[in-house]
Amino acid sequence: MIQLQNIFKSYFNEGIETRVLKNINFSIEEGEFVAIMGPSGSGKSTLMHILGALDSPTSGKYILDGHDVSTLSDDNLAEIRRKKIGFVFQSFNLLPRATVVRNVALPLVYAEIERSKREEMAKSALLQSGLDESRFYHLSNQLSGGQQQRVAIARALVNNPALVLADEPTGNLDTKTGDIVLGTFQDLNEQGRTIVLITHEPYVAEHANRIIHIKDGEVLSDEKNTHRRAVIEHRGVVENRDVVENHGAVENQDAIESKNTIEH
Amino acid sequence: MKTNDLMRESYSALAVNKVRSTLTMLGIIIGIASVIAMIAIGQGAQAMVQANIQSIGSNLIVVTPGVQKGPGAFISLGRGSAENLTMADYQAIASQVPSIQAVAPELSKPYQITAKGTNTHTQVIGTNQNYPIVRNVNMQDGSFVTAQEVSSNAKVAVLGPTTASDLFPNIADPIEQTIKINSIDFKIIGVMQSKGGSGFFNQDDMVIIPISTAQHYLAGPNSNGQPYVSDISISAVDQNSMSAVQQEVTNLLLQRHKITDPSQADFTVQNQASIVSAASSVTGTFTILLASIAGISLVVGGIGIMNMMLTTVTERTREIGLRKAIGATRRDINLQFLAESVILTFFGGFIGIVLGWLIALAAAHFLSFPAQVNTSSIILAFGVSAFIGIAFGYYPALRASKLDPIVALRFE
Ligand SMILES: Nc1ncnc2c1ncn2[C@@H]1O[C@H](COP(=O)(O)OP(=O)(O)OP(=O)(O)O)[C@@H](O)[C@H]1O
Ligand SMILES: [Mg+2]
Repeated sequence: MIQLQNIFKSYFNEGIETRVLKNINFSIEEGEFVAIMGPSGSGKSTLMHILGALDSPTSGKYILDGHDVSTLSDDNLAEIRRKKIGFVFQSFNLLPRATVVRNVALPLVYAEIERSKREEMAKSALLQSGLDESRFYHLSNQLSGGQQQRVAIARALVNNPALVLADEPTGNLDTKTGDIVLGTFQDLNEQGRTIVLITHEPYVAEHANRIIHIKDGEVLSDEKNTHRRAVIEHRGVVENRDVVENHGAVENQDAIESKNTIEH
Repeated sequence: MKTNDLMRESYSALAVNKVRSTLTMLGIIIGIASVIAMIAIGQGAQAMVQANIQSIGSNLIVVTPGVQKGPGAFISLGRGSAENLTMADYQAIASQVPSIQAVAPELSKPYQITAKGTNTHTQVIGTNQNYPIVRNVNMQDGSFVTAQEVSSNAKVAVLGPTTASDLFPNIADPIEQTIKINSIDFKIIGVMQSKGGSGFFNQDDMVIIPISTAQHYLAGPNSNGQPYVSDISISAVDQNSMSAVQQEVTNLLLQRHKITDPSQADFTVQNQASIVSAASSVTGTFTILLASIAGISLVVGGIGIMNMMLTTVTERTREIGLRKAIGATRRDINLQFLAESVILTFFGGFIGIVLGWLIALAAAHFLSFPAQVNTSSIILAFGVSAFIGIAFGYYPALRASKLDPIVALRFE
């Protein structure tokens, strides 16, 4: 489904070149669940924007579903994003003064889905992403970070995309809701959808069946995840709060520590 | 993107910023309202002038002394200064020109007129019994000047309704009362019916006396010792014979005044149609002038729209980036922003039309003349406001649609 060939990406500011991606090569087959890991600033988000046909590489070839993306027009790219791709942005990018349901239904507006169906679809996507029903008609800027994240996830899922690109989708979530989201991704993956997920947390990455590590814009390692963690089983023990909470606490602690060390 | 969704998206974007949207719309509201009001007032004035001129008389031809001037001459009312049109000219016209229904000589001059304890300054017109036919005069009370009163130099007067109420504010029926013109007593024998005119041509404020009396007591003969008139009013038998009568009168007077070159004529023969069209063109120009001044405010309103739309596009850069990221095409974005500005101008236009209408009605009420709001100016106003929305919304919308999604999403 996805083929990256010698992808380079540089930013130029006042003549100074910042090389963000350096010779990235990999392919993702349809139906894979890939986690991309790497320290902050390593180019993960940049890579995801390229994968989502939002940004274009400085050089190299990106083939999506057999089409060389660099040859497609703006409107073709918009059509691909509308029909095939669901984004979860690291910074959510919700419309602040619109309700949760309206935010989630927005991609359906561009997909020309009947108005009567949109609300229904938006609500079911929101349930999949684990947002409490009482928040459905709140304005998105009245939500907590984690709630906003779930809205962003629901928006990515609402048009049943073949490819879901999620940039730190569980970054602001506790383990319990994080697990709901990961379970949703695994369900989608089982239905044959391709998932690319960016994360800092090894625990999250373990839900994927392939993990790519990048550092300084280069692929460090790319391996199959043989002992894939299954949320479906895990969910069975959600009742056991001790395990979950304890695990969550440790995990969050880890996450905070790893973030701190990376940022400083 | 479907059209109704496009409208809904645009509308909710505008509704989020109600104060700003309203203020921006205000520019268009004021612009459209003033254009509508100005056109309505201008056209009202035009209609009123036409109605007034029509009420002067039907199929009317007026001969005035003096050099031949442009068609605007009658409007200035600069007649009566020359004294070369005489009673003999009047008699010649009356007896020799065919297709005439009636002809009346007029000798008019303004005088200070006094009654018991009141006075007024108004036009005194000396004329004969034909005047009511030529000038469409009807009597409210009493009777008009008769042929006997003309031949006997009777000191009688007929008042216009305005003059009557000015001089006799407390007397409903001033007949048999006495007024003084130039210190001479005149007995009132009638009051004319109102012609409803006001403003430019007030035909209700005048005093009519027999022409013989006017020549005898007030004006005297001209330098050649002949009794003169300040104009001769002729009514043709019908509309079709107007130009023939005009030609005949011109030829007769040229011959009588011994003038061979018509361009050297010492009199002017005008018909009502030319007077109406001259007056209309004056008020028409006036209307265009008013409307174009109002139009300037419309342009300013349009610039306001553009300014707001540019600000909006900048403020909502991230939103635009997001919409593109989830599949909006350039066209979707372009149309959304264009729709926002057109919605503003369209509703602004609608409110402006209503407001302009109210202003026109108010002006008509206070200035007491009819304001006319017609469908063509409403359609025009809607067209203009939609055009302004498109014209001034085009550039901001284009800018929005050209944003690169990833750059837009990074925008702070
Ligand atoms: N517009 C830009 N101009 C210059 N440099 C940029 C620009 N955008 C990103 N970069 C640089 O590219 C590098 C990679 O950025 P990117 O957002 O892809 O990192 P990331 O791996 O997603 O990090 P994080 O885990 O913190 O989200 C960073 O060093 C950043 O400074
Ligand atoms: Mg990132």
